[in-house]
Amino acid sequence: MKVEAKPKELAVEKKTTTGADVFIRSLVDADVDTVFGYPGGAVLPIYDALYRANAPFQHILCRHEQGLIHAAEGYARVTGKPGVVIATSGPGATNLITGITDAMMDSLPVVIFTGQVGTGVIGTDAFQEADIIGITTPITKYNYQVTDLKQLPRIVKEAFHIASTGRPGPVVVDIPKNISQEITVDEFDTAFHLPGYQPTVKPNPLQIRKLADALSRSERPLLLAGAGVLFADAAKELKVFAEKYQLPVTTTLLGLGSFPGTNELSLGMAGMHGTYTANMAIYECDLLINIGARFDDRLTGAIKHFAPNAKVAHIDIDPAEIGKNIKTKIPVVGDAKEALKQLLDVNAKITNHDEWLQSLNSKKEDYPLWYDRSEELISPQWLIEQVYEVSNGEAIVTTDVGQHQMWAAQFYKFDSPDKWVTSGGLGTMGFGFPAAIGAQLGRPDELVVSIVGDGGFQMTLQELSVIKERNLPVKVIIINNEALGMVRQWQEKFYEERYSESLLTENPDFIKLAESYGVKGVRVDKEENVPRVLEDVFSYDGPVVVDCRVVKRECVFPMVAPGAGNHEMIGVTK
Amino acid sequence: MKRIITATVQNRSGVLNRVTGMMVKRQFNIESISVGPSETEGISKMTFVVEVSDDQKLEQLTKQLNKQIDVLKVTDITDKAIVARELALIKVGSSSQNRAEIQGVITPFRASVIDVSKDSLIIQVTGNPEKIDALIDLLRPYGIKELTRTGVTAFQRGRQPENVQEMNALIF
Repeated sequence: MKVEAKPKELAVEKKTTTGADVFIRSLVDADVDTVFGYPGGAVLPIYDALYRANAPFQHILCRHEQGLIHAAEGYARVTGKPGVVIATSGPGATNLITGITDAMMDSLPVVIFTGQVGTGVIGTDAFQEADIIGITTPITKYNYQVTDLKQLPRIVKEAFHIASTGRPGPVVVDIPKNISQEITVDEFDTAFHLPGYQPTVKPNPLQIRKLADALSRSERPLLLAGAGVLFADAAKELKVFAEKYQLPVTTTLLGLGSFPGTNELSLGMAGMHGTYTANMAIYECDLLINIGARFDDRLTGAIKHFAPNAKVAHIDIDPAEIGKNIKTKIPVVGDAKEALKQLLDVNAKITNHDEWLQSLNSKKEDYPLWYDRSEELISPQWLIEQVYEVSNGEAIVTTDVGQHQMWAAQFYKFDSPDKWVTSGGLGTMGFGFPAAIGAQLGRPDELVVSIVGDGGFQMTLQELSVIKERNLPVKVIIINNEALGMVRQWQEKFYEERYSESLLTENPDFIKLAESYGVKGVRVDKEENVPRVLEDVFSYDGPVVVDCRVVKRECVFPMVAPGAGNHEMIGVTK
Repeated sequence: MKRIITATVQNRSGVLNRVTGMMVKRQFNIESISVGPSETEGISKMTFVVEVSDDQKLEQLTKQLNKQIDVLKVTDITDKAIVARELALIKVGSSSQNRAEIQGVITPFRASVIDVSKDSLIIQVTGNPEKIDALIDLLRPYGIKELTRTGVTAFQRGRQPENVQEMNALIF
């Protein structure tokens, strides 16, 4: 898919070079292989340059800018490379806001180029003008408005650097139309200097030694792995470390896959819908080693009950996360991989904590994840288990937010990293399907399964055009309970069953809908048909939408009720 | 607790918005900000006076400031030996009858009259915020028509003595 090309091979004649040509060349210089974009007035010069340049990257035209940004996020999540987006000024740019915020919350490297009205009319409320710099300042790692063409190549280079290093995040580059139209003959200096941006990668050895020392004294140690492990490509080191010291491991929602879910040291996910064992391990441990997680409130529950007996160590590349929510005894600023390598080099005393492991193992046995298996109708949890079985646990899974997301997190045992693409921090409906498009483009040879709800799917389903157009073999599994399931669940449990606006009684016929886009559609509503349907769907060479009718009243358990501590889970057993 | 925090920043477009936006978003209470060029071209210096509830919040503030890409250095100078100054312009109602009296009030503050009209005076005063507060209180009976303050700007002193807490207690 990726074509090797040097900038000079681009069909751009020097004497007619425009700012847009310079921009396209900058993307090539940044090794971009896929761009998610949508044309419009302010980016017409860029799209013209793209047309003329025969650029060595593919351009994916999603059908809504929200689709672009989520696809770019999915691409970034599974490849580790920055996702690239181009949108026009005004509404094009503002349609990206949800996705930019999502990328900021989940630390995804995305570089977004927005068109802007000409510099001469900025500030006059010109047609399709929006102050995208002002709007995106709080939701980006950094943003730029290009006011001088000479700076454009340097800015593009900086944008990719900032987005993909340190704690990754979204960077917006706003390009006024006159800049991309400007004729230029200049050679550009792309050297950059960011004196205020020097992420600490190598941790302080003294802190590592302190951590190793604490580990050698601990009787009930616990590892908490977050997405930082994945961004640092440190899953291998984490496994070696955990096994060497026999440390039980729990993960955050976004950290799933950083440690093999089927490993005997794995306790599963912690937090609001985490496993009982993982949450009790946090409650009971005497040393909690957080690697690359940010102690989000959905993980911690009530802070006063969070790890009350533990000395907390926190390894994070972003120093501002350390001590933000949880008091931390041993702060370690640095990259997870570097920290784990150093920890392995230190050779701390290996202590025996068999008793601790045994108590956790018996909790695992006594209080496993459970659900009521319906006799005939499809239980959503059982369905996810089937998806897991039929895909051999090897699929890339994307989701929205809500019940289907939690069931996927609970019942799809991710054994390898970078296969789990979900909207964690922001909890964005409509994320999963376009994210699957980006994931499939980033890893074309893998099975990509988008598990979505019937509510969320309807927020971005127009991207069916893209999977048809590109023949992307994405498998969309709609967990259809004719409801906004998690809203319905909270209304059932905390609002005395007043189902205010959460029941979707007028859903479209998803089969006909898929077919109208030229995409294969399948419905399954009986348990007995599920394995065969899934086998057919996963082996089909092309996109499929599967409308799975599931038991409508199912709730996600176990659960930490809002305001409660992690040790006060409800629905731990039947 | 009140803290004085200085930041040296790259003088790029939007940097003030980024910094203040972060502080608003994270619910830090800004009492004053002053910004201006520093001794190095392209580098500005910001001085914030903030009210934070505890050390944990304070640590968060300095970390979040440091995290900004345009921010080069953040220093909490509250517990250092510092000089802190603010400038205020105060327009007071005044007639020929009480001009001399007002002059008498402001002299101990080393303030000066920089504009005189038939019915008002503009007074310029420089000093630490408490001194300015005190002068404003004394001038209030004459009728303050307009008032503007620059916010505190501050520096560490050339020499840092052992015990500076008491010295700084005088500033606030």
